[in-house]
Amino acid sequence: MSVPVLDALDSLESEAIHVFREVAGEFDRPVILFSGGKDSTLLVHLAVKAFAPAPVPFPLLHIDTGHNYPEVIEFRDAIVARLGLRLEVAHVQDWIDDGRLTERADGTRNPLQTVPLLDSIVEKRFDAVFGGGRRDEERARAKERVMSLRDAFGRWDPRKQRPELWNLYNGRHAAGEHVRVFPISNWTELDVWRYIQREGIALPSIYYSHQREVFRRDGMWLAEGPWGGPRGNESLELRTVRYRTVGDGSCTGAVESTATTLDEVIAEVTASRLTERGATRADDRLSEAAMEDRKREGYF
Amino acid sequence: MGRDLLRFATAGSVDDGKSTLVGRLLYDTKSVLADQIEAVQRASVDKGLATPDLSLLVDGLRAEREQGITIDVAYRYFGTPTREFVLADTPGHVQYTRNTVTGASTAELAVLLVDARHGVVEQTRRHAAVLALLRVPRLVLAINKIDLVDYDQGVLEAIGKDFAGLARSLGFSTDSGDDAVVTIPVSALVGDNVVERSPRTPWYEGPTLLGHLESVPVTGPEVDAPFRLPVQYVIRPRTEELHDYRGYAGQVASGTVRPGDEVVVLPGGHRTTVASVETADGPLEAAAAGRSVTVLLADDIDLSRGDVIAAAGAPPRVTDDFDATLCWLSEKPLHPGARLLLKHGTRTTQVIVGELRDRLDTDTLALSVPKTLAINDIGRVALRTADPLPVDDYADIRATGGFLLIDPQSGCAVPAAPQVLAGVDDVPSTWIT
Repeated sequence: MSVPVLDALDSLESEAIHVFREVAGEFDRPVILFSGGKDSTLLVHLAVKAFAPAPVPFPLLHIDTGHNYPEVIEFRDAIVARLGLRLEVAHVQDWIDDGRLTERADGTRNPLQTVPLLDSIVEKRFDAVFGGGRRDEERARAKERVMSLRDAFGRWDPRKQRPELWNLYNGRHAAGEHVRVFPISNWTELDVWRYIQREGIALPSIYYSHQREVFRRDGMWLAEGPWGGPRGNESLELRTVRYRTVGDGSCTGAVESTATTLDEVIAEVTASRLTERGATRADDRLSEAAMEDRKREGYF
Repeated sequence: MGRDLLRFATAGSVDDGKSTLVGRLLYDTKSVLADQIEAVQRASVDKGLATPDLSLLVDGLRAEREQGITIDVAYRYFGTPTREFVLADTPGHVQYTRNTVTGASTAELAVLLVDARHGVVEQTRRHAAVLALLRVPRLVLAINKIDLVDYDQGVLEAIGKDFAGLARSLGFSTDSGDDAVVTIPVSALVGDNVVERSPRTPWYEGPTLLGHLESVPVTGPEVDAPFRLPVQYVIRPRTEELHDYRGYAGQVASGTVRPGDEVVVLPGGHRTTVASVETADGPLEAAAAGRSVTVLLADDIDLSRGDVIAAAGAPPRVTDDFDATLCWLSEKPLHPGARLLLKHGTRTTQVIVGELRDRLDTDTLALSVPKTLAINDIGRVALRTADPLPVDDYADIRATGGFLLIDPQSGCAVPAAPQVLAGVDDVPSTWIT
């Protein structure tokens, strides 16, 4: 009896599970960054599969900008309760309140997540931090190792990346340093959606088409929220939209879509002529190297 | 069963047009989306170029765009109706050989570029030697910029013949019957023979680059090799209903495992039987190389992370004293007597470097006896490890034949990053007992 070779999704799943188990075997205090978005939900699903029938041996950490969609927070809390996981939340608001951070003029809090993240890593002594970053998202991310060293300042130096051979990861680090780990490095947006469909993974409802009051800014449909609603000649209108990514509400745009099922979402992603970040993330449009600059400072 | 996945790497010298070739593959397979094309067009206009510079699709870091070079391995993803591809695009600079090694170590195929005007150059020989050392199963020589030699059949065939000789002397099979080494004349700039067959090379009868990538097998020799599973983690739920559950978690490195198989646990040597092969989705009848599983054994034996579960009928050798061929990637030269760490599968142990036996001149392929190994050197050394290791020949099973050497000194130094060195087991005749 011959055993069929793995298909692409099997291969990606096995690779991610291998990465989770390596970290569990070699690190003392790993943590999974979890926002309730599709990529971090996928991470948690893979972590559960890696250690079943035992529980996931790491907690989750959410860097909460406070600019949330209520559906996503409800979803986050439900998944934590259902799987019996531990969730730590670092509120960006706390850093603003005690003066460690200052609100930006444009109201965007995505870049403000870096300091609470690094402070939490130091305070809780996390040595390995799982993120849902994918190399197909952006050109700087395309150059990142699966296991990537951060210095005591949380910085990434693309010129000093370690060789990463076969599936042997070198996680050695000095006190104060940590590694970022990206188990779904090799997944594309379409792989993520196909796998979500295959595995029947639940997602926050805002990933599917719904009616929402939105306004147009910088070519994107933004929702009203604590980050400031329409101003000047911007005006709210009811649109049929969904979200392709979920980030800070101030800079994550919705796309017009009638896709209410996974089949429809996959068809839409397949036919899309824009990358998910290009379509929906104002923060990546700031400059040609916006993501690289934020990564160097210790961003996800 | 969906589409399968081919992992491949590209390598070549600076200015061979590698990033342009990768950009061309992405562009012609419609894997580049409108906003990315717009960004490239905007940047090309800013640079005063007449046509879009496709290399900008892949060279994303600031220094890369400023200097027009590729610094690090970039991973790219594209698909066709039959297959998905993970492409490791590796830099051409000598000092970034570490990245070429990184990109090629997981590849089932490597595309090596040469400039049709220059043919096989020193860097081609170096890359080919590294690819041979890593035993990348298949090689494609893409002769680029054929538009600049007027599609001259004689020139291109001479380069192909030159390269076939090099590949043969490095141990690649160049029989026309198999496809281990294939030569394809292309122009990444114009698109000849990359995705579309070129009308300007009527004498060329082989496949286009994409056609070849779509048809080669996606698996290496591991599939047919004996079963190996380096244990990553012991799963013990310790719940009431699963009180005695002990599952050995790992990714099948080679071969196939089924319930009932006789296995041996190494280096300890305990023999037992596979009770079941499990995943979170339930038990499997069989699991092949590449699959992450949890194995339950019939007997309760002492087994932990670092051990290897192997086919009892064809086990690996267990040794603490052996020769290996290294690609030295550290700035700090390797001296005899060096004390390092060795990471093999899921076990890390101490190692002492003995005699430096030889060093390969990648230009002439001649061997000499070195005093030290410097960065980017390929050489054979004697090693003695603190713990015995179950090892296979790298040619048969990459996962149990390859290892890393790690410098523990710089591993603790701030701010220098630890130096890591690639190691590859040598042929069996060099084992010392």
